[in-house]
Amino acid sequence: MKYHTQRIAMAYFVTAMALFAVQVTMGLIMGWIYVSPNFLSELLPFNIARMLHSNSLIVWLLLGFFGSAYYMIPEEAEREIYSPKLAYLQLGILILGTAGVVVTYLFDLFQGNWLLGKQGREFLEQPTWVKIGITVAALIFLYNVTMTVLQGRKTAISNVLLLGLWALALLWLFAFYNPSNLVLDKQYWWWVVHLWVEGVWELIMASILAFLMLKLTGVDREVVEKWLYVIVATALFSGILGTGHHYYWIGLPAYWQWIGSIFSSFEIVPFFAMMSFAFVMVWKGRRDHPNKAALLWSLGCSVLAFFGGGVWGFLHTLHGVNYYTHGTQITAAHGHLAFYGAYVCLILAIITYAMPIMRNRDPYNQVLNMASFWLMSGGMLFMTFVLTFAGTIQTHLQRVEGNYYMDVQDALPLFYWMRFGAGVAVVLGAVLFIWSVMVPRREVVTAGPVQSHKDGHIEAAE
Amino acid sequence: MSDIMTKSMARNVFYGGSLFFIAIFGVLNVHSHLYAANTAIDKAGLNESVAAGKHIWEKHACVNCHTILGEGAYFAPEVGNVMVRWGVQDDPAAATEALKSWMDAMPTGIEGRRQMPQFNLSDEEYQDLANFLIWTSKINTQGWPPNEAG
Repeated sequence: MKYHTQRIAMAYFVTAMALFAVQVTMGLIMGWIYVSPNFLSELLPFNIARMLHSNSLIVWLLLGFFGSAYYMIPEEAEREIYSPKLAYLQLGILILGTAGVVVTYLFDLFQGNWLLGKQGREFLEQPTWVKIGITVAALIFLYNVTMTVLQGRKTAISNVLLLGLWALALLWLFAFYNPSNLVLDKQYWWWVVHLWVEGVWELIMASILAFLMLKLTGVDREVVEKWLYVIVATALFSGILGTGHHYYWIGLPAYWQWIGSIFSSFEIVPFFAMMSFAFVMVWKGRRDHPNKAALLWSLGCSVLAFFGGGVWGFLHTLHGVNYYTHGTQITAAHGHLAFYGAYVCLILAIITYAMPIMRNRDPYNQVLNMASFWLMSGGMLFMTFVLTFAGTIQTHLQRVEGNYYMDVQDALPLFYWMRFGAGVAVVLGAVLFIWSVMVPRREVVTAGPVQSHKDGHIEAAE
Repeated sequence: MSDIMTKSMARNVFYGGSLFFIAIFGVLNVHSHLYAANTAIDKAGLNESVAAGKHIWEKHACVNCHTILGEGAYFAPEVGNVMVRWGVQDDPAAATEALKSWMDAMPTGIEGRRQMPQFNLSDEEYQDLANFLIWTSKINTQGWPPNEAG
């Protein structure tokens, strides 16, 4: 660690992992409610559990982005962070807001109150005071990192990262706009939701991935940064008008069916480019970085984002297909793999990379960490497959045959049982990951020789 | 790629192209906003009761089980066309009554059935919520959903 303010990232990453644990636990509870619907039905109804599941995901990913920025910016700008105090103040505000959210949801406090009670738009359920807190925290953050970059070296990586984070904060402001016209509500709701995850978050993702590739493979910065601009260009060229694929059936004009279909079909391009970029950099790179687990997470991120965001997204993005699949388990399948591949793996990659450095030691424990990658990713892939099958059956029975919703759901328990099993694997993987990052002080398996000869002498790998 | 494009070219394409697409997106959204505010909806019907109904829908986090126009959670049925499915979209009094008798019976407690919580709505709230759902079912959704099952 070259700059000691990079350590700010540690507090962010630890908080993020705690919320990650909350998120997957809530997910598992919901998976159980699907197969055993009376479970906790009065104490923790499904809608409350789901708000905690989705909100904790969003907050821990944001904490991951902020932490990544605090780790990356000093190295990119060749400067200490402008004000570490502000960075910790920002974290404090976010933790307070998160705690407030959890208590408000669980006990349904101040029901219906504009300032203090939960608001009921999907993913934007936070009470208004928390929304204001998030805005303040974001402003503190932007001020802090922008001052750091302005005084230091300006690189493409920090440019794109800051651009993404500024746009993230700007788009967040639409969370405050909630007209009584449902169609207008939905139109601008997507400005937060879609333009985040299929727009500016991809800028943040690409720059973090570029930083990791730079460090892990040792490829020339010029090459990395050129790729970066090409990737983010394809992300915004496709993603901005790709918003149209959410505008098909919510009361907006019919032309979005063509605009949305055409442009969102290209949303696979930035994901393909990021995957190609990651693998080409590893092939070209001459550095043999000891943190193999971080490399595994980085490559895994690019591949699973390509399948989850790119392939599973394209699967139901054409309006002729989406007419039948809109709002079925197909969407759930896509949502899970896309978020996991693009953003969860990304943050876990940079945590895996940065934690040992911040704690000033070798990257322990690689074996456990890599095992957690395969367990979590395997679980998430299996979950995606079973939900895709469930969604296909649902689409046919409900949207083509016209059977009623609950009758169709009664035909799907087999898939929900398998999804619960997949969820168990994901939770175990998450626990293993947190354990492997936080606890072990030594490698379980000593790095072995590659060849051992008949005369007994062993030879190291090249 | 080094032969095709330099870094500064890539950067300029990114900035220029993004501004171009943001501009198109902005223009289309202005048109869509006007369409959503005037053409797509029952403009005269968007009264205080409908607005109050939307707030009831929101403060109880209904969207985290149900979908509305296909958006939300996939744990419970679509409500964008529920009044059509129940055959009461032209009769607000019957819609309120149907909604009330359904929601008053929740949770059923039947073993193995998904449970909807009891929200203890007042008669006025049932009326507002029913009006909101009737208003929603009249939105021009380009023919979605494919059938009344939602």
